[in-house]
Amino acid sequence: MTPRTMPRLAPRSVLLIVLGVLLVALVVGMEQLAPLFRAWFPDQNPAMYERESFLNLTLAHVALVLVSSLISVGVGVGAGLFVTRPAGREFAPLVSTLAAIGQTFPPAAVLAIVVPLAGFGFVPTLVALILYGLLPVVQNTVAGLGTVPPQTLEAARGNGMSAWQILWHIELPLAMRVIVAGVRVSVIINIGTATIGSTVGATTLGTPIIAGLVGNNLPYVIQGALLVGLLAIVTDLAFERLERRFSFGASGATP
Amino acid sequence: MTSPAVSTVGAGRVLANRVLVTLLIAGLAAAWLLPFASMSPNRLASGQSVALGGALTMWQAAGMLVLTVMLGLAALQRPLSRRLAHGVTLTASLALLLITLYALGDYAQRTLVERSPSARVSQGAAFWVIVFCCALAAIDTLQRHASGWITRLGYAALAGGAVAFLLASGHFRDLSIMREYANIRDTFSDQLLTHLGLVGAALGPALAIGVPLGLLAHRRARVRGTLFSVLNVFQTIPSIALFALLVAPLSALGNAFPFLAELGIKGIGAAPAIIALVMYALLPVVRNTYSGLKGVPPATVEAARGMGMTQRQVLWRVEIPLALPVMLSGLRIVTVQAIGLTVVAALIGAGGLGAFIFQGLGQYAIDLVLLGAIPTIVLAVIADFMLQMLVALSQPAGTR
Repeated sequence: MTPRTMPRLAPRSVLLIVLGVLLVALVVGMEQLAPLFRAWFPDQNPAMYERESFLNLTLAHVALVLVSSLISVGVGVGAGLFVTRPAGREFAPLVSTLAAIGQTFPPAAVLAIVVPLAGFGFVPTLVALILYGLLPVVQNTVAGLGTVPPQTLEAARGNGMSAWQILWHIELPLAMRVIVAGVRVSVIINIGTATIGSTVGATTLGTPIIAGLVGNNLPYVIQGALLVGLLAIVTDLAFERLERRFSFGASGATP
Repeated sequence: MTSPAVSTVGAGRVLANRVLVTLLIAGLAAAWLLPFASMSPNRLASGQSVALGGALTMWQAAGMLVLTVMLGLAALQRPLSRRLAHGVTLTASLALLLITLYALGDYAQRTLVERSPSARVSQGAAFWVIVFCCALAAIDTLQRHASGWITRLGYAALAGGAVAFLLASGHFRDLSIMREYANIRDTFSDQLLTHLGLVGAALGPALAIGVPLGLLAHRRARVRGTLFSVLNVFQTIPSIALFALLVAPLSALGNAFPFLAELGIKGIGAAPAIIALVMYALLPVVRNTYSGLKGVPPATVEAARGMGMTQRQVLWRVEIPLALPVMLSGLRIVTVQAIGLTVVAALIGAGGLGAFIFQGLGQYAIDLVLLGAIPTIVLAVIADFMLQMLVALSQPAGTR
């Protein structure tokens, strides 16, 4: 990739702001669009999902993703650090393989298996999201730490830096962009899986979608899907910015 | 990151293989603390736990004990050499896995003889943990041993074959999940075929559209940024939202043009599912086609032109063959992803294995959920494995 130049950066930031504002406006003011939906679907009554406010649904969705992602990142980065230290290096191949195989498991299937074991509702969905969200974080932490050149580590050791200092001042900053990319994948997958969580009793933005699909009510489906789609896109754009902030000079970003 | 560092690790320590020790401790703790199976009077009642000790016959318990001791010795690598320890681990973990499976089926058969026919025996948490630990021990040993493709394939085939034989022999027939399967046997094969059909129907168009787009991205730098941004948006939208958002325009289309509805283009069913799967599949196909073509050394292309090849010949005889491994790894990502996403398509009435999952979740019938989820996972893992082999085979001879 050629280094991104300023003129290409600007429209993206504008897009992020515009979509972010649109998301907030829709979350707060979806109810104001009721006449529009009524005109669009004259046969559908009610044409606006009212069992729960969209603000509450969005907050519940965000809370689910936020809590699960924070735990995933904490445990995932910790596991990635453990298997790249001398004490845990023996576990590295197994953990890497596990992360790779685990990611071929469909998130919906993982959700479906975990949830009945732990009961229905918020907590089981959370557990499933944490388990699945861990994998990209572990994988990218190991990969990111692996990109740090051995000469750099050697030089740091030669300068008398302790293992902690090397980790904190050299390894983590250099690996940060790849780690953040892993967190981005994890969060985006979790936003999608949390939506499916509404089929197992968690309240999320998927709730109106499922209610609409079951009750044959298209407006419900559109309202839920619009919000959750926007939420995912805005989050992804925000992470893209964050990732770029951590790239040092030469950008290795994949398109 | 693997072999050289790992193989020297632990040469002089008491615990030569700490991964295996960890797995053994986890397995033993599960066997001690968690239920191995559960017994319930009927399909819907919650079960009563049965510990591992209570479920085994004498010889099964003895066999498990011997295999555990063997694994312990292999972990210490004391009387055994490293090579021998690897062999012992591979053999003993597979044997332990098979005994565990056999013991569960056997327990179900023995117990249900003396109970009412509606009683159900299900697998418990300890069963899953033991199976999982056995599988991990085998995977880790194959990696430590730096085994080649043939060893791994052979081992996987042996293990898969043994499990398939146990399944086919009807040994598990009294297990709750297999009784559930017996009820839905016909629908099961229908839904499995529907699932595979949806994946196949999506992969065709995805390749037909994605590969030319990847070529375009390679040739025209100007469109590249926009193209990837748009395709990335498709990937970002949660699957269920994308499926659902397609329901509206397609049902409008079907209503406006009844002949389209008769062709199957309507709000719910296969049409929106396939379109959404294609939209998801485009980014990996286009991205890998692009990076595969980008990876072809310019000198090679130059040399081909110098030999008088036309642009079309350069593309088909030089660029695409050299880009093929990267393109195939794109196909691998897409196939695995499509198998998983098709689960969600059941929510918009497209059928597939997801139908069992959501039906089971609705009825609180966990066996039905597992009958949908486990085959999906197995399908994804098999597809991943096979396409990995294909990628390895497609490497040009010089670089293999």
